[in-house]
Amino acid sequence: MTALLSCRALTRRFGGLVALDRLDLEVERGTVLGLIGPNGSGKTTFFNVLTGIFPASGGEIGFDGAAITDLAPQQVYRIGIARTFQRSRLCLPLSIFDNLMVGNHRHLRHDLWFNLVRRKALRRQIGEQFAAARELLRIFDPPLAERMLEPAGRIPMIDRRRVEVCRALISRPKLLLLDEPSAGMTHDETLRLMDDILKVQQQIGSLTIILIEHEMSVIERITSRCVVLNYGKKIAEGAYAQVAQDAQVKQAYLGLE
Amino acid sequence: MKAAAVAAVATAFAWLLLRAESQTSISLLLLLAVAAGVAAARLRFRLSGPSVLAFAAVAVLALLLREDDFSLLLLTRILIVVVACLGLNVQFGYAGVVNFAGASFFGVGGYTAAILAPRLPHLLVLLLGGAAAALVGSILILPVLRTRGHYAALVTIAFALLFRTFLEVNDTLGGPQGLKLPELVIGPFHFNDPVFDASFYLRYVALGLVLAALALGVVQRLERSWIGVALDAVRLDEIAAASFGLSIARWKIAAFTIGNFITGVAGALSAFMIGFIAPNNYAFSESLILVSILLLGGIGNPWGLALASAIVIVLPEKLQTIQEYRFLIFAAVVILILLFRPAGLLPRPLRRLKT
Repeated sequence: MTALLSCRALTRRFGGLVALDRLDLEVERGTVLGLIGPNGSGKTTFFNVLTGIFPASGGEIGFDGAAITDLAPQQVYRIGIARTFQRSRLCLPLSIFDNLMVGNHRHLRHDLWFNLVRRKALRRQIGEQFAAARELLRIFDPPLAERMLEPAGRIPMIDRRRVEVCRALISRPKLLLLDEPSAGMTHDETLRLMDDILKVQQQIGSLTIILIEHEMSVIERITSRCVVLNYGKKIAEGAYAQVAQDAQVKQAYLGLE
Repeated sequence: MKAAAVAAVATAFAWLLLRAESQTSISLLLLLAVAAGVAAARLRFRLSGPSVLAFAAVAVLALLLREDDFSLLLLTRILIVVVACLGLNVQFGYAGVVNFAGASFFGVGGYTAAILAPRLPHLLVLLLGGAAAALVGSILILPVLRTRGHYAALVTIAFALLFRTFLEVNDTLGGPQGLKLPELVIGPFHFNDPVFDASFYLRYVALGLVLAALALGVVQRLERSWIGVALDAVRLDEIAAASFGLSIARWKIAAFTIGNFITGVAGALSAFMIGFIAPNNYAFSESLILVSILLLGGIGNPWGLALASAIVIVLPEKLQTIQEYRFLIFAAVVILILLFRPAGLLPRPLRRLKT
C-alpha cells in the first residue's frame, strides 16, 4: 500500500528560525499518526504548511499521488484534507448548524441563482444537510445533536471541540488533522472524544488521521505510529512504546539529567 | 396579531409625529417613543410577523398624509436611505467589508441617472445606476482586498474624498453646479404630475416602497442561504474560512458588488426625486451618516437600519433646535451606542436556516 501523505525534506523558516527542518514523514492510509514533541517543536507549523496557510520554504508534499506543496488552503481542503485548530476557531455568533456547514462548503451550491431564486431546492438541500449533520453530531453527543440551532458561543468547551471535529469531518475528508483536541478538556472527556472519532473512522472507512497531542495516554491508546519533533526536526519515529523509550525523546521532554 | 397591532400603533404614531407642528408636542411624542422603546427592551419584547405588514403600514401612512408634500418627501427619503443602507449592510454587516464611501456609490448612481435619463427608458436607468456603482466598486475593491481592518477603511475614506473632488473639477459632470434631471417617467406614470388632488410625491413613495421591498427581499434571502453562511464565516474568521475552502477575495468582491449595486439604484432614484444633483449631496459626511445608521440600528439587521434611518432623517427635520448640531448629536449617539449597546437598537437575530 502506498502512503496517503508523504513529505520530503519539508522546511519552513520564519526569518532566522527554522520551524520545520527537512522533515520526512509518511502516513499510511487508514492509520492514525501521532505527532508529538515539546512546545515550539514545529507540530502546528507542520499543519499550517500542510494546509497551505504558510507556504513551505523548501521540500515537497505529496498527497494521494499528487504534489500539493504550493496549494492554497482552499485547494487543500478541496482535495480532502480538513483540520481542527489548537485554539478553537468556531464562529461563535453563528448557530452550530451554520458552523458545520462552513465545514461542508465544497458540497454546497453557492451560486446566486440557486440561493436567491430556487428557494425550494435550497430548502431541500438545507433539509438534507441538516439531517446529515444531526446524524454525525449524534455519534459524539446525542443531546447536542438536538441543539443545532443554538449559537456556538453558548455551549461548553467540550461541545465546542465536538462541533469543531464534526466541522472537519462533515465534508468526508480523506485526511483529518487534529491539533491538540484535548486542550481545555479533562482526561476523560478527551478519551471519549477520541473514541468517538475512531467510531466515525470505522464508519467511513478510509479516514486517515494525524493527531497532535500532549496527553500521552491518548497517543498510546489510539495511534498506530508516532513521530517526535524537536526544534523542527524529526528525532524519533515508531510505535509509541518504542518511541517513549528513546533516549533522545526523553531528553527533549525532560531535559538532560 | 401582535405584529398587526404594533404596525397600527406605529403608523398612528408616525402620523401624529409628522403632522405635529409645535416643538412641545413633538418633544412629548418623542419622549413617549423613547419610553415605549425602553419598556419594550426591559420586557424583552420580541416581535415577528410578515414583512408585508411593515410595507402596508408605510402605504397607509402615505395615504393619510396624501396632501402633505413635506412629510411625503421625508417618507421617500427614508425609504431611499433604507435601500442604500441595505446595500451597505451586505458589505459591512455580512462580509465585514467596511465601506466609508457609501455616499460616493449613491452618487455614482445619481450621476449615471443624470447622464442617461435623457436618452434611455428610466426604469433601465435606475438599474444602470446600480450597475455603474457596482462597476466603480470593482475598481475600489482591489486596494481594499490588499489591506485589512483600519487600513481598508482608510482606502474607502480616501476614495470618498477623491470622488467628491473629482465631481467638483469635472466640467462634463457640471462641476460644482451639478446636473439637472428630467422628470421621472416609468411606463404611463409621469412622476411629477399630481395624483388626483393628492401630492405627486405619492408616486415616489410607491416606487420607494417597491424598491425597498425588492432590496429587502434580496438581502433577506441572501442572509438565509448558503451565501449568508459563507459571508458570515469570512467576516468572523478568515483563516478558518480559508481552511474550509472559502475564497476570501471572491466573497468580499461578491458582497461589495451586490451592496454597491443596491446603493447605486437608491442613488439613482434619489437623483430623480430631487431633480438636481451636485457634489455637495455626496460629501464624506453623508457616508458617515449611512455608516452611523448601520451602527445605530444594529449591523446585519434590516429592520434595525430601517428604524435608524427613520430616526436619523426625521429627528433633525422635526426638532429644529438640533438641526444645526445634528452631526455633533449623531456622533455622540453613535459613541453611546457602541459603548452601551454595541449590537445596536435592534440586534441581528440568530440565523436559523432550518425552521
